[in-house]
Amino acid sequence: MQASAPSCPRGGDGALAKRTTSRQEVLVFLALHGKLAAKLIFAATAPLVLAATGPDWREAPDRVPVVHVAAGSFDYRIAGAFDREGRPVDAPVRRFAVGRGLAVMKTQVTVADYDRCVAFGGCAQRTAKTGQRPDAPAVGVSWQDASAYARWYAKATGKAWRLPTDAEWAYVAGSRFADDAVTSDDGSGSFARRWLAKYDEESGRTAVEKAPRPVGGFGENERGVADLAGNVWEWTDTCYLRQGLDAEGEPTGARTVNCGVRVVEGAHRAYVTDFIRDARAGGCAVGIPPANLGFRLVRDEPSRTRRALGRLQSWLARA
Amino acid sequence: MFTRRALMAAAAVTAIVAGMPAKADDISKLPREHVELVAPPFIHAHEQATKAGPKVIEFKMTIQEKELVIDNEGTKIHAMTFDGSVPGPMMVVHQDDYVELTLVNPETNTMAHNIDFHSATGGLGGGELTLVNPGEQVVLRWKATRAGVFVYHCAPGGPMIPWHVVSGMNGAVMVLPRDGLKDETGKQIKYDKAVYIGEQDFYVPRDEKGKFKSYESAGEAYPDTLEVMRKLTPTHVVFNGKVGSLTGKNALTSKVGERVLIVHSQANRDSRPHLIGGHGDYVWEAGKFANPPEKDLETWFIRGGSAGAALYTFREPGVYAYVTHNLIEAVELGATAHFKVEGTWNDDLMKQVSPPGPIGGGARTGALEAPAQHKH
Ligand SMILES: [Cu+2]
Repeated sequence: MQASAPSCPRGGDGALAKRTTSRQEVLVFLALHGKLAAKLIFAATAPLVLAATGPDWREAPDRVPVVHVAAGSFDYRIAGAFDREGRPVDAPVRRFAVGRGLAVMKTQVTVADYDRCVAFGGCAQRTAKTGQRPDAPAVGVSWQDASAYARWYAKATGKAWRLPTDAEWAYVAGSRFADDAVTSDDGSGSFARRWLAKYDEESGRTAVEKAPRPVGGFGENERGVADLAGNVWEWTDTCYLRQGLDAEGEPTGARTVNCGVRVVEGAHRAYVTDFIRDARAGGCAVGIPPANLGFRLVRDEPSRTRRALGRLQSWLARA
Repeated sequence: MFTRRALMAAAAVTAIVAGMPAKADDISKLPREHVELVAPPFIHAHEQATKAGPKVIEFKMTIQEKELVIDNEGTKIHAMTFDGSVPGPMMVVHQDDYVELTLVNPETNTMAHNIDFHSATGGLGGGELTLVNPGEQVVLRWKATRAGVFVYHCAPGGPMIPWHVVSGMNGAVMVLPRDGLKDETGKQIKYDKAVYIGEQDFYVPRDEKGKFKSYESAGEAYPDTLEVMRKLTPTHVVFNGKVGSLTGKNALTSKVGERVLIVHSQANRDSRPHLIGGHGDYVWEAGKFANPPEKDLETWFIRGGSAGAALYTFREPGVYAYVTHNLIEAVELGATAHFKVEGTWNDDLMKQVSPPGPIGGGARTGALEAPAQHKH
């Protein structure tokens, strides 16, 4: 028994969508063929499964292709500003675990996607002058815009879609994640030398064209996720962090977390005020700023228990 | 034996000789020197003071009409340039020298151009004598009677004048006193390096969507451009022809202890240079070296249609931003240059006594997990 495939304007997710099983159909099936035991087991598990994840955790009414990134862990230079005994230093590298795996939008949220949210009253109108193609990423969006979209989309799909954290973005980006350590500092500990070294490295960034390409235009990474580190930077949910380190590189003193500034990720990492829709360089800043601000959403894969319940439900449905 | 008195007498004689008007015949007997111009921010090699007598200094500039990209978004204009750069190259001579310029307007150009030197006397600064059509050239000689930094620009008549100027056709001349620059007491002051920053206002028309328009030719751009110009609100205010032409990989460089002379010209519009993190040790705000320099300025004023000069010795290493201190123009419209300065930090002048941290410096320590996800 299968639900009819919902229309899938951008393709790619049709195979998954075809397996969608509605709660109603399960009940109809059971009414016709159900055995008592099956009924009892289902009655015990269904509310849990359905409430937690919908009919099948992979079978959302998602309109967009989704990539499932397996759980794992990796070493990652965290975002933020760090000083060691009073001098600015590279952020420390820490092991980071993605405990349950992530469902990730294969491409960035498009103009068509975003405009649907606008039409439903969930999102503010974009102000971008470029990227009007419906199949291009929605750019000219602030963190606030992106968060509003996430709230709307989660509600519309009944799934806990959200912006990724910086670490999750880095994990998903894999080889496309750019480490932002200052490599050309001479290690003299001179504040001015590090400043100049950083300036030179940032000056060395190559300019990218500004006009967004249709989604997929920057290819896929090894995980099959598209357009990472192209010319559209992506908002993350990670706040600006400032932390002092001691001589051993361990945190010392209180931490400042400024959530008025969020980390954006792409060809390089940047920190952008949450209401900004167009990141710019200027003043004493140098280098190429993020060419465009856009986003994609992620959601946690369900826990093993929830997945087991899902499988049990499927088995019962076939029984 | 040279006594102070003898030196002063010798100087007086030199001054009298230099001040005497030379007849055309005499000029033909003067030594001649040909100087190759270089594109800004660089300035051709020159002596800061000279013991030699006046010379005829020959320069040659070829007018180039060409498309230039003026920002990081790829906005293009049909620029008009002296020798290919915006601003045109700086010419340096000494007071009482003669400047002999060959101005070439190649056949490949489409418009007539000329040159008006603010440093020259008579003939509309030379504009009246230098109008050249495509395929023509002209040679103009003028005497550098006044010391200072001065604007030159194209002024081919009527509405063409402002249009050519805001299309990039301007530059500067530096006429140095024969015995060099002097402080307020008359003591000679020298520089280790001189840079030329030419500020340019551009007026680029936009389409209905607000995007900058591009045109097939300068002529096609003219009516729309004129409309934008008449609003007196530039779309770009830049140094050396383009947003970012003096930042990043193109940043100016210096080192602690180096004395840098910064010449700033604006042929059309007022500006207010400011060196973030530094000062003007000696500033000839109006740019004329017979007047004593002002000292210790934070910001100085460049009147539209003039050039000024500021001398600064860098005292701390790091990055300095040289901006016009209308910061909207500096940051939003482009008028920013950077100096990268090498050297050893001087804690006496500045020190971060305590890095930024929480108010009161609370002492919470703990394992540093990857940044938390913040739920709302
Ligand atoms: Cu002209």
